[in-house]
Amino acid sequence: MAFVFLLEQVLNGLLVGAYYLLIALGLSLIFSLGGIVNLSHGAFYAVGAYLAVTLTSRIGFAGAFVASPLLVALLGVVIERLLFRRFYRSDPILSLLLTFGLAMIIEQSLRIIFGAAPLPFSIPTALRGQVFLGSFIYPRYRLIIFGVALTAVIATWFLVYRTAFGRVVRAGVQNPDMVGALGISLQPYMTAVAALGIGLAGLAGVLLAPISGVHPAMGAEILTAAFVVVVIGGLGSFWGVIAAAALVGVVRGLTIYFFPPAGEASMYLLMALVLLLRPRGLLGERIQKFE
Amino acid sequence: MAHSDDLTRRMLLKGAAGASALAGLGMPAIVKAQSDVIRIGHLTPVTGFLGPLGEFAQMGVKLAAEEINAAGGVLGRKVELVIEDSVNPQTASAKAERLIERDKVAMIIGEISSASALAIGQVANRTKTVFINTGANSDALRGASCNPFMFHIEAANSMMVTAVGTYLKTENMIKGKKWYSLTADYAFGHDLFRVAKKFVTENGGEFIGEELVPTDATDFSPYLLKIRQAQPDIVASNLAGNQITNFIKQYAEYGLQFPITGFGFDTAVAWGAGKGNFSGIWPLIWHHMVGTPSSKKFVEAFTKKYGKPPENQSWGDYNSLKIVAQSFNEMKAADPQKLAEHLRKGAKFDILKGREGYFRAYDNQMVQEMYAVRAKDSDKMKDQWDIYDPLGSVPGPNEDLEALAPPKDGICKMQA
Repeated sequence: MAFVFLLEQVLNGLLVGAYYLLIALGLSLIFSLGGIVNLSHGAFYAVGAYLAVTLTSRIGFAGAFVASPLLVALLGVVIERLLFRRFYRSDPILSLLLTFGLAMIIEQSLRIIFGAAPLPFSIPTALRGQVFLGSFIYPRYRLIIFGVALTAVIATWFLVYRTAFGRVVRAGVQNPDMVGALGISLQPYMTAVAALGIGLAGLAGVLLAPISGVHPAMGAEILTAAFVVVVIGGLGSFWGVIAAAALVGVVRGLTIYFFPPAGEASMYLLMALVLLLRPRGLLGERIQKFE
Repeated sequence: MAHSDDLTRRMLLKGAAGASALAGLGMPAIVKAQSDVIRIGHLTPVTGFLGPLGEFAQMGVKLAAEEINAAGGVLGRKVELVIEDSVNPQTASAKAERLIERDKVAMIIGEISSASALAIGQVANRTKTVFINTGANSDALRGASCNPFMFHIEAANSMMVTAVGTYLKTENMIKGKKWYSLTADYAFGHDLFRVAKKFVTENGGEFIGEELVPTDATDFSPYLLKIRQAQPDIVASNLAGNQITNFIKQYAEYGLQFPITGFGFDTAVAWGAGKGNFSGIWPLIWHHMVGTPSSKKFVEAFTKKYGKPPENQSWGDYNSLKIVAQSFNEMKAADPQKLAEHLRKGAKFDILKGREGYFRAYDNQMVQEMYAVRAKDSDKMKDQWDIYDPLGSVPGPNEDLEALAPPKDGICKMQA
């Protein structure tokens, strides 16, 4: 019997991993290409959630689900053009400070506009309910999140590994100077990748708003976990981030099963362990510019 | 396109460190000072996981200041608030000192975190300045850590437990029942669980699960699976702030049917959960449906000013300032040194409840009525604020008010 419950925690951990992944994927994309350590990534997640709440009362959840990530991606384009772009070549500490400040500005703006109290928001009635598989229980909504996350990951993979666009992006990650020498301007690609990464954060915000508190600091709450996933997965590795998200979800679930007070600490221990044994992260590639 | 060579993985680690630092930063709110006014310090967290409550606290105290000044101020002088975000115990302590020494405030109102309240209480004692705690529940503040200058309008954990426990007993939810509890893993949660467990076991209930939940947990699914595995009769929350919002949302998501209750609660976290998520029986120090004339007046004035009803946290900060103003008027002097003495003399105050409250000299705890509420079905809600039905107040009309207060066990020793 105990084994069944353990297995249930493992499977549930994979579901939880799906939403760590949604946030971490965008973070990893932006870091890999531009070298921007985006501390404002969580803030964009929060903006996505607030947009979901605001738009749902006007155009319904389905509309908000489509519109919010697009609007957040649009915001990403503006931020990339106005801010990120100036920092690709400078000392990375500057982009760290920039995005740190940006995160505070966004969080405080949300607080000024919407107040500090959480905004009420629920799962749409049609998506409520649970699915029972044998003795296992899965909320229908969490399976939907899993499905969306999976779709987003496959779409991103296709874009990066199977299109002309992706080839330029991957070349840019490895050797931006060579791409420039070939007469390709990386700028539009940078903008697109930032929009994609930030849009993914917005998508995560919409998806998680019905099952977590929608409050101004929600971004800061989730950002550290996203960083941990990226570090464990290894830089520049698409599959690494996926493996790390699943691993963090499962390890956290099992830790809570056996020793709940260490639930959140488990991911940091895991990170420390991975860094000790494999400083590059699980599947980190050797990227020239990062060595 | 050239990248600087020193960009390494370490940057990302620094990023992770920065990300966690981000959670701890606050923003100061400045209200400038003028002479010939009575300056009152207000210090409470408005960022972090208690931030939503802090915002309601500020709304409450600002409304009280407005009303006092509109009615002629205190002894002909206007009340001026100096409002700050207390952030964490270290910052709270530093800001309390600054308020007292630089801004020359007559006294300090505020706080929600028990750890920060302890820090402010120590500054208050050292500088002989009155501090009225409006939101920190830990019994230790009224016990081993009590001091003559720290007053508590907020209920102690044991009062919250007895208030809701009285109703749980009448609903037959304790005796012979199997309990499963989730507890916030910090001072407040530990203290609350300790008194809750004592109450439940003394009344014939049994804990089959007692889990500690880190305050930064946002996903509760592994806990919910464990609860489902344990099949308890009652699920009890000793969680705090945004944790409760996340917990009740996900409890509804997993469709668990075990009745919920909680020993610590604030209305804002349930308002923030959304339709169809909130359930169970919960204790409150005050709620906006309390029907006494002064309570109705407060709710009306608050709703008019802010467009939403006051939360229980607004109640504490609003009443504290009113109490201080009334005391200075009664003393016929805005004398900070004598305020503590005056408050401890047992003067009664209208605190918007059926019966008046007073600070008892033993531990400076406000002795008062408490309430319990039951979550409403979502189809019966009139608006987004109408989420529960009042169950009544304790102690009953013929019982001694002190029946609810923490036991006078001699642990609190006030230095003269």
